[in-house]
Parts: sequence; C-alpha cells; structure tokens
Amino acid sequence: MNTRLATIALLSGTIALAGCAKKAPEQLPPAPEESIPDNPTTTTAPVTNSGPTVGTQAHFEGAVNGQNVIYFDTDRFNIDSADAAALQAQVQYLSQYRAISITIEGHADERGTREYNLALGERRANSAKNYLTSLGVDANRIRTVSYGKERPVALASNAAAWAQNRRAVSVVIN
Amino acid sequence: MKQLIFAFALFASPLVAGSLAAQTTAQGGDLGAPVVEGGTVETLGETDAEAEEGGLSFTVTDESDWSDIGVAIAGFAADRDRPTPANANGTAALGREISRVITANLRNNGIFRPVGPDSLPQPSFTQITSPSWGSWSGRGVEMLVHGYVSARADGRLTVGCYLYDVALQDELIREGWVVPPADWRRAAHKCSDLIYSRLTGESPFFDSRIAYIAETGPKDRRIKRLAIMDSDGANHRFLTLGSATALTPRYSPDYKKLLYLSYVDGNPRIYVYDIGTGRQQLVAETGNPTFAPRWSPDGRNILYSMAVGGNTDIYRVSANGGRSVRLTDAPGIDIGGSYSPDGSKIVFESDRSGSQQCYVMEADGTNQRRLTFFGGRCATPEWSPRGDQIAFTRIAGDFNIAVMNPNGRNLRVLTSGWQDEAPTWAPNGRIIQFFRTTRNTGRSALWQVDLTGRNERRLKTPVDASDPAWGPILP
Repeated sequence: MNTRLATIALLSGTIALAGCAKKAPEQLPPAPEESIPDNPTTTTAPVTNSGPTVGTQAHFEGAVNGQNVIYFDTDRFNIDSADAAALQAQVQYLSQYRAISITIEGHADERGTREYNLALGERRANSAKNYLTSLGVDANRIRTVSYGKERPVALASNAAAWAQNRRAVSVVIN
Repeated sequence: MKQLIFAFALFASPLVAGSLAAQTTAQGGDLGAPVVEGGTVETLGETDAEAEEGGLSFTVTDESDWSDIGVAIAGFAADRDRPTPANANGTAALGREISRVITANLRNNGIFRPVGPDSLPQPSFTQITSPSWGSWSGRGVEMLVHGYVSARADGRLTVGCYLYDVALQDELIREGWVVPPADWRRAAHKCSDLIYSRLTGESPFFDSRIAYIAETGPKDRRIKRLAIMDSDGANHRFLTLGSATALTPRYSPDYKKLLYLSYVDGNPRIYVYDIGTGRQQLVAETGNPTFAPRWSPDGRNILYSMAVGGNTDIYRVSANGGRSVRLTDAPGIDIGGSYSPDGSKIVFESDRSGSQQCYVMEADGTNQRRLTFFGGRCATPEWSPRGDQIAFTRIAGDFNIAVMNPNGRNLRVLTSGWQDEAPTWAPNGRIIQFFRTTRNTGRSALWQVDLTGRNERRLKTPVDASDPAWGPILP
C-alpha cells in the first residue's frame, strides 16, 4: 500500500513529463524497482522481488493505483476530471512500458436495452482510447471491446451498483 | 406437459452437453450439432368454401369483455392403430397426443375455453365426419374439433382436422396434411391455426418457431446460448455450447438461417448461422464491432449496426454478401432497425436527439424523421408483420413493452414489469413476446402478451431466457 501511494505521488507530479519520460527498454525489466522512489514516506515499503511482474494486470493496476477503471454517468460517455486523472496515470504507465498493449473494455449498467448498451459500451471504450491517444499513446497499442450490460461487477439493482457498472476498464494484453 | 418437462431435462443434462462439447474443436467455434430439419408438410385439398367468409366478427384487439368460446377437442381417431415413429404406442395414442397439443395451444390465448381429449368421449374413426351430436350438445361447448391420424405406406402420416359448430350441427371447415412422423406436432399446430383463423378471422401463428438466448449461471458470469423451439416450447434445442456469449438471434424468413451476435472471436460480431449445416460466417468482414442484426422481410437483405470509432450507424448488406451500404450517418448511436412488411421503410432507434428515440426512414436511408415524442425513451422498435403497429421498449423509469401506430401516435403500454424488453411479434401481429428481467437477481424469462395488454403469460423454457425472436409461419 505504501508503495502504491508513493508511486501515485510520483506519477501525479510528473504528468507534464509524460511525453519525455525515460524510454523503457524493449525487453521488459525483471523487477519493479522503479516504483520505489527515494521518498521519506516509503521507508517501510518492502524493497522486493515478490510484487507483481511487469506485463501483468496486477502490476499495471498497482502502478496506476487502481485507476485502470473509469466511470461514467448514465447514458454518458464523456471523460470528466476524475476520468482524466485516471487516464493520465495510465498514460504514464504506457509511456514507461512501451511493449505493453491494452484492451479497454466498455461497459454499461443493466438499465438500458441490450443492443444500445453494446453500442454505448463501445462508445465509452473509444472515449477512453481517444483520450489516451491524444496524450501520445499509439492507437495500435489500444484495442477496444464492448460488453454492453453483459458483464456487471456490482450485482445489485440500485443506483450505487449501476454507477460501478458504467465503466471502461483497461486490461493489459498478455 | 410432463413429457415436455422431461424432454427439457434431457436436453439440459450434462451428458448431452458433454457430447456436444466434443464437436467444439471440430467446428473451431462455439457451435453445437446442426439441426436436421424434418420434411415438408403437404396440405391436402380438403378446404371448405366457408373459409372464405372470414370468421366471426370480433378480433383479438377487441377491448370488450366477451366470453370465451368453448371448444371440445376430442381425441383424433386412428383408422387402424398402427406403429409409428411418432409415438411408441401407435397411431391411436398419437391421435390423443395431437388433441392435447391443440388443447394446450388454444388454452393460452384468452379467446378459447378448450376442453381436451382426456375428459371427453373418444369418437370412432367413422364419427370424425359425422359427429354423434347428442353426446356433444350437453357439454357447454360451442365448437367441436374432430380429427384422424392415418399411417401411410410411405411411412408418413395423414392428419385430418375438422371444426364443427355444435349448435348448428354443421361443419365449419376441414383440412388435412401429410407430415413426416418427426413433424407430427406441426399437424397439431396446423389444426390449431385452422381453428384459430376460422373462429377469429385472424391470420394463423401456431405453426412457427422461436429463437432466443438461453441463460444460465450467476449474474456476473452469465452463460448465454443460442436456442430454438417451436411456438409452444416443444422441440427445444441449444445451437451453441456457451463458451462464447451469444445474443440477439433472428430467424430468416425461410427458417434456414439465423442471424445472431457472438463473442466467439472475443469481439461482438454478427454471424449468419446455417441451421442445416451448422456452419456460420461473418456478416460483414470488418475490424469493427457489429450489432443488432435484422432480416429484410424477403430475406434478401440484412440490416446491421456497426461502431466505427465509437460512432454506431446502420448498414444494409445483401444476404449473399458483397458491399455494405451505410444508411445512417448521424453522430451518436443509430441502431436496430426493423423493416415494414412491404420492405419500403425501416424503423430504428437513435440517440441523435440526446436520448434513445424511435425514427423512421425509407429503406434506402433517406427521409429520416423522428417518430416518438412522448415522455421517456423509445428503444428496440419492431414493425408488426401486419404493418399496422410498431412495438418497442418504452423506457420511462421502468422498462415496458408498448405499441404505437407507424406514425408514432396512439401509444399503448402493454406490460408493467420492472424491466420488460425487446418485443417480437407473432407471425399474425396479434401477440408480442418479450423478455422480463427480475430486479437484483438478473434472472430473465420469456413472456407474451396480446395487443389488448391482456393474457400475459410466461413461456416455459428449460433455463432462463432472453432475446426472443418469433419467426413467420413455417413454409
């Protein structure tokens, strides 16, 4: 957890540097050493080889502090400020690990008709993709797929669950 | 009915699923064994001139409270009790079974008060054409159905169907069919259609099939399989194995093919599935997601929706392949699309105004105009096969099935579930099926309702069900 906090502190302070972030090696590095910055708040953070390896979904989610998911309002597909921050974190990661490609899965809540929701999920995934490419990520590294309302994460039928299900999820392609 | 349930249990058993799974690799996809279709049903030339008179004066849409018509359906008689592949106990038992199928068909419409063969005397073969009136007049029924089954030398069955007016002691109509033994239920549906049409003046609908999506598993890991069944739920089959999510099937007008959406390659794409061979192919060779497949009424064209860069539009392509024609180009989601029965117009849904509403255009995409302006949203419009109504999902808080005139007027809401979605029309445009999802559990089932909003009932399916698509009268 401390590691994650430190990582996000680093990332959020360096958005402007995203475009010129140090070039990652083509071969993926073996250990996530770079996620441990020289920072007093991380004195207890384990320096470790036991964390998730680069190229895994766990590593990606850890590096972006869980911001691999963005959320949408009902019937909307626009990127709000919270979404933008999350996508900027993803840009950071993708700039650092240029061998990694992702799929953005677009989803809708259950309170829509099936076919429309498939199109809406695709639209949401594309919104996220367009934002990432506008910040320099190569479009060829981003695939989109819509699941409409077919794959909810929150199973209740209430406003809170629907808010969790209206989402675009970035997933590392293995 | 017990037989039906037993048959369903058999299909759903893991044993069957396991044997189907072996074919997955052979087909390189998610397809089960192809369905071997039965032969054709031959109609005998025994029609009656009275059929031209058009039946009684009411219709299904009549709002008044008229009493149900009592119909006695006696066991169909066999000329001689012979063995037949259609029934382990021979043609006499088959005759009674046919009568039971007819009774069940007529029971579910709110028009008839059928009395089945198990509580009626069994007429002899010679009584089929000359009913013993004395034994029928005291039973409180207005109509009497007789029939016979005869095993032919070529192995097929001849089934005759006779409708009598008990008070008039007169024959109203008769017809006969020659069917392969495997298609014996179709003779029962043909007879049901004959009775229904003669007594209501409406077009037939029983001899038809329904494609739908069979659903199992928890809400977040739902398994969705393509399935088909007769209009009464019999002859149920799963066509896909469930490893890939299948959605939104549509029968071709000749019943030889199904359009549907599959995630078999990981992406939502629409395929045309050949029921006889079990093969399928992409409808549009494109790197883009495709949704919402629909046939034109003549089966020559396919409508589909495709998302390019997040923007979804409606396209048309020949059923034989070739170049797609883009019909809409509004920013936003244009999706669905349902032809008028004459093929000249298409009703579709679009959120170009900011929310889902129904629009109509000429079949070539010109003259697009908004149809719906009521409070709420309009989704999944489906043009009635009669052309006089458009059914749709009305979203106004809850989701309900509603109908309107093709000009967008005379909105009538027919159902009141929490989430009723995706109407599909009976071949005669008098009954609508849809699927109803239950709040929280996410479980779904097929339901139907008539155009008056009455006679709502749930259809029996072996597992949960959604996305019903009712085909036309069988050819």
